Amino acid sequence: MKTINQLQDEIISEFALLEGDTEMTLFYIMELGEKLEPMKEADKTDDNLVKGCQSKVWLTARLENDRVWFSADSNTAITKGLVSLLVRIFNGQTPDDIIHADLYFISKIGMERFIGTQRSNGFAAMVKQIKLYALALKTKQEV
Amino acid sequence: MNPASVTALNVDEIRKQFPVLNRKVNGKPLIYFDNAATSQKPISVIEALAEYYRNYNANIHRGIHTLAEEATKAYEHTREQARAFINAASPREIIFVRGVTEGINLVAASYGRAFLRNNDEVIISGLEHHSNIVPWQLICGQTGAKLKVIPVSESGEIDLEAFTRLLSSRTRIVAVNHASNSLGTINPIKEIIRLAHGAGAVVLIDGAQAGAHLPIDVQELDCDFYCLSSHKMYGPTGTGILYGKSHLLEKMPPYQGGGEMIKEVTFEKTTWNDLPYKFEAGTPNIADVIAFGKAMEFIRQTGRDVIEQHEQALLRYATEKVGSLPGVRLIGTAPQKVSVLSFVVDGIHPFDVGQLLDARGIAVRTGHHCTQPLMDRYGIEGTVRASFAVYNTFAEVDALTEGVRRVINFMR
Ligand SMILES: Cc1ncc(COP(=O)(O)O)c(C=O)c1O
Repeated sequence: MKTINQLQDEIISEFALLEGDTEMTLFYIMELGEKLEPMKEADKTDDNLVKGCQSKVWLTARLENDRVWFSADSNTAITKGLVSLLVRIFNGQTPDDIIHADLYFISKIGMERFIGTQRSNGFAAMVKQIKLYALALKTKQEV
Repeated sequence: MNPASVTALNVDEIRKQFPVLNRKVNGKPLIYFDNAATSQKPISVIEALAEYYRNYNANIHRGIHTLAEEATKAYEHTREQARAFINAASPREIIFVRGVTEGINLVAASYGRAFLRNNDEVIISGLEHHSNIVPWQLICGQTGAKLKVIPVSESGEIDLEAFTRLLSSRTRIVAVNHASNSLGTINPIKEIIRLAHGAGAVVLIDGAQAGAHLPIDVQELDCDFYCLSSHKMYGPTGTGILYGKSHLLEKMPPYQGGGEMIKEVTFEKTTWNDLPYKFEAGTPNIADVIAFGKAMEFIRQTGRDVIEQHEQALLRYATEKVGSLPGVRLIGTAPQKVSVLSFVVDGIHPFDVGQLLDARGIAVRTGHHCTQPLMDRYGIEGTVRASFAVYNTFAEVDALTEGVRRVINFMR
């Protein structure tokens, strides 16, 4: 099981191969989205929408063997790719590690430059939602 | 056939007048196809702004010093230019406002509040921008009047027969756009105005998408109100005009109170200034109004017919090229359109198309374009919209086509 930072470093080196080319980077992000585990249609409810995203992003989390597992989807391909990065980093981590994670890969790969401010704000909303899920699951774990 | 040969315009010379077109975006030369949202500005407009602040910045009217006189003269010169631009009968009928949105709000609040009664009716069309929907909803809510909507056909045209059926002795106001921002449809406003007048209603035309593209003659149209936004006509943001027939403006109460719009003020009673000042409370947007004059001059000098011919050729070319890509569906196929190409691509969200085009330096707009009811009509969330201006080229349309083709190929 790789740590959050190992996974971030992996992503950073993959993106480095794209040499800052915006179009190639976006294509790559969409490709990653294609590989995301399909989300159950029944989970695509308004309750599971991440607030603050212009695109629709559904996100759910569950606890299994003290680890958090996420499921996600989006109605736009780029956003789906973006959320798949987060699922890849956080799937199977402990609530505590998720809550305390420092996502340095975002600035390292220069995300805002190729997805723009609006989608960057949406991405921040996804991160926040993931941490909220982790916190809620941790609380549940402790009772 | 080289499509460029069919237009009389020297695009290279035009492009030299727009400094922003030298920019690069994501390492690629900017291709600006978001003209329906706002157009770029020629150097004459940019310099007029700087020139005003550098040389003769002063508050206008009631000043006896030289700068105030120069600024007043330049400001009132734009009013005369605007009068000529739309062939109004008098400059008294030209009111400077922030843009189309404020123009419509002014008429809704002033004319609407004064003349709408419970169960009167206001008719708009299914093609309207939120700016020509919400002000009417607000005033209907306050007066008890009802809002009626003319349906739109699959091709994106107003259903005139349905309009005729909606008209009645209860109709007070009809408000429609000259051309649709989402689809480009040019509406048969002359006919709409004639029919509405037959029912005794007044007509407001939202000219936001006409100002840069179509000849406008308010006397020939016989419309009662006509709104324009400078920023969509190569001019600065923050200004525009409301045209109103003087006999209507005369009987309307002021919209806002303050300086400039009064004749005499006592604590007991205030009398209103004459037209058009009655509707221009406070210090106006002097610099932008003056530069707006330069924008209208740019359009006049370039020639409205020449501009129209060039843009129509671009539209035909883009319709053919982009429209024949696999999976592309054009939204809005009326025979008469301004230079707006709206489309969706099967299985690809407009946001993704827009973002991928931006990566190639191509600026388009994606989403509902402030016309959510119209998107609902088509059962879509939004479109990709490319809108063309005088400085766009056929090579740029080729780049757009290639960009969309790449997105489609990648997603399949
Ligand atoms: C048809 C139409 N009406 C109204 C408006 C509002 O114009 P403004 O924002 O300049 O007031 C627009 C601008 O997008 C438009 O396209």
